[in-house]
Amino acid sequence: MREPLLFTGARIVDPESGRDHLGDVLVVEGLIRPVEEVPSDVTRIDCSGLVLAPGLVDPHTHLREPGREDKETVRTGCRAAALGGYTAVAPMPNTDPVADNAAVVHEVLDLGAQAALCDVLPVGAITRGQDGASMAELGELVDAGVRMFSDDGRAVSTPRVLRNALTYVKAFDDVVIAEHCEDDSLAADGQMHEGEHSYALGLAGKPRESEEIVVARDIAVARLTGGRLHLLHLSSAGSVEMVRRAKAEGLRVTAEATPHHLVFTDADLVTYDTNFKVNPPLRTPEDRDALRVALADGTIDVIGTDHAPHAVEEKEVEFDQAPPGTIGLETALAAVLTHLVEPGTITLTRAIELLSTAPARLLAAADHGGPIEPGRPANLVVFDPAAEWLVEPPFASRSRNCAFNGTTLRGRVVHTVYRGEPVVTDGKAQR
Amino acid sequence: MNKHLLSIHDVTAEDIVRVLDTAESFREVGTRVIKKVPALRGRTVVNLFYENSTRTRISFELAAKRLSADVINFTTSGTSVAKGESLKDTALTLQAMGADAIVIRHASSGSPLTLTKWVRGSVLNAGDGTHEHPTQALLDLYTMRDRLGRLEGLRVAIVGDVLHSRVARSLSFALVKMGAEVTLVGPPTLIPPDAPSWGVAVSYDLDEVLPKLDVCYMLRVQRERQRQQYFPSVREYARLFGLTRDRVGRLPEGSLIMHPGPMNRGVEIDSDVADLPQAVMEEQVTNGIAIRMSLLYLLLGGRVEEASADA
Repeated sequence: MREPLLFTGARIVDPESGRDHLGDVLVVEGLIRPVEEVPSDVTRIDCSGLVLAPGLVDPHTHLREPGREDKETVRTGCRAAALGGYTAVAPMPNTDPVADNAAVVHEVLDLGAQAALCDVLPVGAITRGQDGASMAELGELVDAGVRMFSDDGRAVSTPRVLRNALTYVKAFDDVVIAEHCEDDSLAADGQMHEGEHSYALGLAGKPRESEEIVVARDIAVARLTGGRLHLLHLSSAGSVEMVRRAKAEGLRVTAEATPHHLVFTDADLVTYDTNFKVNPPLRTPEDRDALRVALADGTIDVIGTDHAPHAVEEKEVEFDQAPPGTIGLETALAAVLTHLVEPGTITLTRAIELLSTAPARLLAAADHGGPIEPGRPANLVVFDPAAEWLVEPPFASRSRNCAFNGTTLRGRVVHTVYRGEPVVTDGKAQR
Repeated sequence: MNKHLLSIHDVTAEDIVRVLDTAESFREVGTRVIKKVPALRGRTVVNLFYENSTRTRISFELAAKRLSADVINFTTSGTSVAKGESLKDTALTLQAMGADAIVIRHASSGSPLTLTKWVRGSVLNAGDGTHEHPTQALLDLYTMRDRLGRLEGLRVAIVGDVLHSRVARSLSFALVKMGAEVTLVGPPTLIPPDAPSWGVAVSYDLDEVLPKLDVCYMLRVQRERQRQQYFPSVREYARLFGLTRDRVGRLPEGSLIMHPGPMNRGVEIDSDVADLPQAVMEEQVTNGIAIRMSLLYLLLGGRVEEASADA
């Protein structure tokens, strides 16, 4: 049976209620309870010097199951998530088979429930087999629990298909269409951001415009339909500016950035390290800085990891033969604390909002993201903001392709509480 | 010299002079009846060719053999690579067999640098993707210096598909390093957008450039580029950028015509132009062996005096 837990003396950061104060949090039977009701058999957990926040929510994960269980499974991915402080993750549908039908969604949900390390909130494909052309049975997927649809990995091929999808999902509550913004014809064969470094390295480039053209197109279609559009992993300053204007105009557009795009640049590719090969590519310091400003001013709404596990033998190859992607669930919080909160780019409260409260809202995951109040499901993370650690394999993730390998980060998850269960205790996964 | 030769950026102008001077002393070896010196006796050189390139591989093979090294040719067809072996495993295998130098040709940019992570020997880049081909650049410099007596101040046009050419990149960097004046010529779609940062000029008009040249260096144009719509047709390409008999007349007396081979006669260069006395393609090939001898020798830690003594 679940034992009551009392987290004492924590710095409680709760963006939903706007509070940031020292206090205790009592967890009984999966729920947060008033601290006045401390039962006699409670386990006290000293949290002095630690931050307690709503469990993180990743709106953009690749769990690879079904299909590529050698890279990741729902269980190993969820364990990585729990160790990273996440209590919910949204796996993208580009599995094999594609999550374009209820059967696959149910399988992923079942696997998530068996792992019982965090909530798994499957993202459904917009089009059948992610072919970009014919709409999947979105209604069936909504009934299965899907709230976000995406053909992540590529953009919906034509404005017409996007128009229909954005319009069609108005029939359902709280459903969002998420786009991977990249124009295939401009990005074709590209290995990295096109610029000074791609020219020097002799690698085919993807210009900023390969993203910006699709961002512009998609915003226009959002205007046309009044639909709810979410733009995944933005990488360019121009995209950010377009989103800023779209929001000022009142369009229902939200946007995501990843920790790696917020920290690294195309200059990091000079050794042809395939862990920096990601999609969209790492761009220039100016682009990265624009993303940081956009985090602070609210233009970017959420931080998603785009956790993309790949087998060692797939990444330890010639640069142009490596698949794009970096894992990120176990490093996202520390990366944000080290590179964005410490230097003062964003506040700690804003960081938690970007990592938890806003993605929970985006995914309509009402049990997550706070507020930390009596009666709420106990989905919580406790972390030490000062703990320094060297990022290196192995990870809880089955893969080790991490752009942060070899770097030192500050901020380590100590406890993760998922629906009242201590799934991570003293930095160790409990299941 | 660095341990490896991956890029022209790895060598200084002084290094280049040393490589060319050392090649000078080795060129004579190729004219002997017994074309061999014992400079690298007992050393092992592996030619690891992931792309077919008979001329470059033979050139390296002859260079290593003339230095008395043991040479292993590892081509990818019919080997463990064809069976799916990774570059890493191939590298570890060659390392375990004691390769002192690995000469790598690969279609993927950066593969030579990646290879250095897994082997202890010297790595020589024999052409990687659209990145660099430093030994080609050095043999071209040798040929220019040999024929024209200097590199500084030479006016060189590099004509054609510069965007996809590792030869053009290495050659431009090397020529600029040695104080030559380089002009890249081609359709704007095939000129790299960052070319001005290389310290070179750019022109889209071959006829205007020709009268001011000491060297007109033609690049191979792959027909694939037409399919990718970098230019509308091979016919139009040849009309605008091909080195025709008429155009040769615009070149100053004493200027050279060069090409890294293999040539597309009738596309970037007319057949009878390729056979003119001022077209020095065969000398490029001959000099290539001496340059590769020089590089293998210097990278594997030899000294010129020793080589001469051995000779």
